[in-house]
Amino acid sequence: MQGLIDRLKALLADGTVARVIGWKKGDMSYNPTPAIFNSVEDLDEFVYDGFCGANLSKMMIDATKLEGKTAVLLKPCDSYSFNQLIREHRVNRDNAYIIGIACRGKLDIERAKATGIKGITEVTGTEHDGADTVTFKTLYGDKEVAYNEIMLGRCYMCKGKEHVIADEVIGESKDTAVVDRFAQVAEIEAMSSAEKFEFFKKELSKCIRCNACRNVCPCCSCRKCVFDSTKFDSQQKANVDSFEEKMFHIIRAFHVAGRCTDCGECSRVCPQGIPLHLFNKKFIKDIDTFYGEFQAGKDPEAQSPLTAFTFEDVEPKIVSERSKG
Amino acid sequence: MPMINGEFRPKIVAFCCNWCSYGGADLAGSSRLSYPADVKIIRVPCSGRVNPMFILRAFERGADGVIICGCHPGDCHYSTGNYYARRRMTLLFSMLEYIGIENGRTRVEWVSAAEGVKFQATMNEFVEKVKSLGENVRLGDLRCKD
Amino acid sequence: MLKISIDKLSALYNAIAADKELILPVRTAGVVDYASYTEGADVAIDTLKTAKSPKNAFFPQFETLYNVNKKIIPVDASAEEGACEGAGVALRSTLSVEMAPLVDKDFVIFGIKPCDVKGIEVLDNVFLAEPVDNFYKARREHGILVAMACNEPEESCFCSAFGIDAADPSKAKADVAVWMADGNLYWKAISEKGEALTESVKSVFEDSDEAAVDATKASIETILAKLPNANLSLDMWGKGVLDDRFYSPVWDEIFKPCLACGTCTFVCPTCQCYDIKDYTTKDGIQRYRCWDSCMYSDFTMMAHGNNRNSQKERFRQRFMHKLSYYPDKNDGMFSCVGCGRCVDKCPQSLNIVKVIKAFEASKDKEGQA
Repeated sequence: MQGLIDRLKALLADGTVARVIGWKKGDMSYNPTPAIFNSVEDLDEFVYDGFCGANLSKMMIDATKLEGKTAVLLKPCDSYSFNQLIREHRVNRDNAYIIGIACRGKLDIERAKATGIKGITEVTGTEHDGADTVTFKTLYGDKEVAYNEIMLGRCYMCKGKEHVIADEVIGESKDTAVVDRFAQVAEIEAMSSAEKFEFFKKELSKCIRCNACRNVCPCCSCRKCVFDSTKFDSQQKANVDSFEEKMFHIIRAFHVAGRCTDCGECSRVCPQGIPLHLFNKKFIKDIDTFYGEFQAGKDPEAQSPLTAFTFEDVEPKIVSERSKG
Repeated sequence: MPMINGEFRPKIVAFCCNWCSYGGADLAGSSRLSYPADVKIIRVPCSGRVNPMFILRAFERGADGVIICGCHPGDCHYSTGNYYARRRMTLLFSMLEYIGIENGRTRVEWVSAAEGVKFQATMNEFVEKVKSLGENVRLGDLRCKD
Repeated sequence: MLKISIDKLSALYNAIAADKELILPVRTAGVVDYASYTEGADVAIDTLKTAKSPKNAFFPQFETLYNVNKKIIPVDASAEEGACEGAGVALRSTLSVEMAPLVDKDFVIFGIKPCDVKGIEVLDNVFLAEPVDNFYKARREHGILVAMACNEPEESCFCSAFGIDAADPSKAKADVAVWMADGNLYWKAISEKGEALTESVKSVFEDSDEAAVDATKASIETILAKLPNANLSLDMWGKGVLDDRFYSPVWDEIFKPCLACGTCTFVCPTCQCYDIKDYTTKDGIQRYRCWDSCMYSDFTMMAHGNNRNSQKERFRQRFMHKLSYYPDKNDGMFSCVGCGRCVDKCPQSLNIVKVIKAFEASKDKEGQA
């Protein structure tokens, strides 16, 4: 990490960039906060470790409007989101200096706690070049867990170790994929209609409409969301009826369909543990099946599948034809 | 459940494009081709105008089935509107099916202004299908129920 | 003091649920929240922190205030004043306003933690002060709180900074205090309501000695003292600091990672802001209220627009409200209870502890904020 900090300091010192978007040490060893560093001194608080899961690309929408270049640290999967933002003209590429940083999968503190860890006072072994095991010092004794057992759900479906856009890459990433990214979707597709309904009802009934999924999403970059409209006949703050939670999540997923890079931030931030990626992945899977493989953010010039068509596209009745009822 | 003479009468919303399908409905009417009065037509400029929210909104407000009718591919008054609609509706219907909404409640049909008979047949068929599925209980808002 | 073996807790639940609604931590799709007890529910009574606070039981995320119903009725028009000759049956519409019913049945919240009990005290100061909120008051009158000691406090807990004793729920303003120790649940009524509840479920208990929980209390106290934020300093907050903190430069930077989501507000046991909205139903209008969040762009939106236009102002509102405005109005009482839910849940790991610490640090740096 020291090498990375030195590089960032050099970039700031020689005026290549005016600020750096990275992570700031938290008050505990597992809660760094995304932060903007404006000076070399600020960088003393910089941190990059296994808990830096946040995708910083969305912060560039505002940052690239500022005077001077902004350096941003992007993990391989975050770089897809940045490309997508370029595609949608939401960031100014000329004002961005992209540092591709190495990633070996990011840690999920919730998953760690689910193994029975509590009262954490210190966590070690989370650095990029750290050990294969993470050590938790806790008030109730120490515990070691394998790094790859407590990663964020999305990391098990890693998109690969290559950055799709970067001005420089520091370090070597690791592809942590172990399961098929559509396995969960396929599992649900195989259920009966009633089972599907029960599954989603149970999951969505947990939704508290905090809008964290929307606000963290690099694709949800509308200045004003339709769900925040005061003229909209729906309550954006509460699921007053079970219809509303369905509507919100379907419409949100639809609005990012063909643009979602599958970064998994929505599921990471959900305070109620709703597997929101299942909506986005469903659209991605369908797009792949019907209109050919498409990875949003891979190519900033590519046409989004929902703003394109072919004369031979499948008819909507394909849905009922292939359905199991 | 809305029953008339002991029989379930579904509420059907049909979004018809102004240029073809609405004309088709008109022709069905002027040709005295009857189809169930359960179908409520909403005229839209183009099938491409149909926002996924329209469909969810119709279900929220008590529809048991929603059908979108537009010009045949290649015949769109705006050249390409129905092609976009085709992709959107395919994905939306697939999503609705995925979360457990019976897929017979949604349908897209291309009906030209000359196809009064097709309009009638489509509506008859769709109403029968939705009738067999019964009342929509999975995607409605309880506050809008009878 | 009474006791019951933990293996037999379902007998206690059933005894309570026989004539009252029982609300306790239940696991649904992997997440533990307070929910109604039903036979076969996945009760997770040893959960330290539910995802949401139990304030839902008194101040639900949404509730109907009243309904306006429109009815069309046929009337004999010929009988009406000024009716013209030959008038027959006419349709007239009538409007009726129906108040939403107030809660009139007792319910029990089982396993509520001392911090959340304090959270309800915070809400009391808002909703039970004039003008009294009838919906809240009815729920408060019928709600019975069974407060439980926190056996294994976690690093995100900082209730001791607010003078809450997580080891001894009998100090909380609850009705019954319970402890889980050596395979038993110990039960002690601490209010009249609590005595009455105890009387109704007495048959499932055995008698026990007060001293039985002393060891547990002591071990909790030891852990509490070791928590990283046990001694979080609140020196810079409380009564009479409004101007100094409001204009502090600390706000200029600290809000920046904030996503403007409502997670912190919605999991918080003390956040009490709500919005009132109308919904057009089939034959009328439902007027309801639902939780609002100061993090949202339409918070306190008025006809002329919004008086907090930037996220910085909205962010500041939340923390100033908890640490300055509320104490100013309530004799120094903070409207944070240190439950630590926001610490656990904030997507950006930004939370009230970090805000308090940032202000402390700014004091160290410049002598004052």
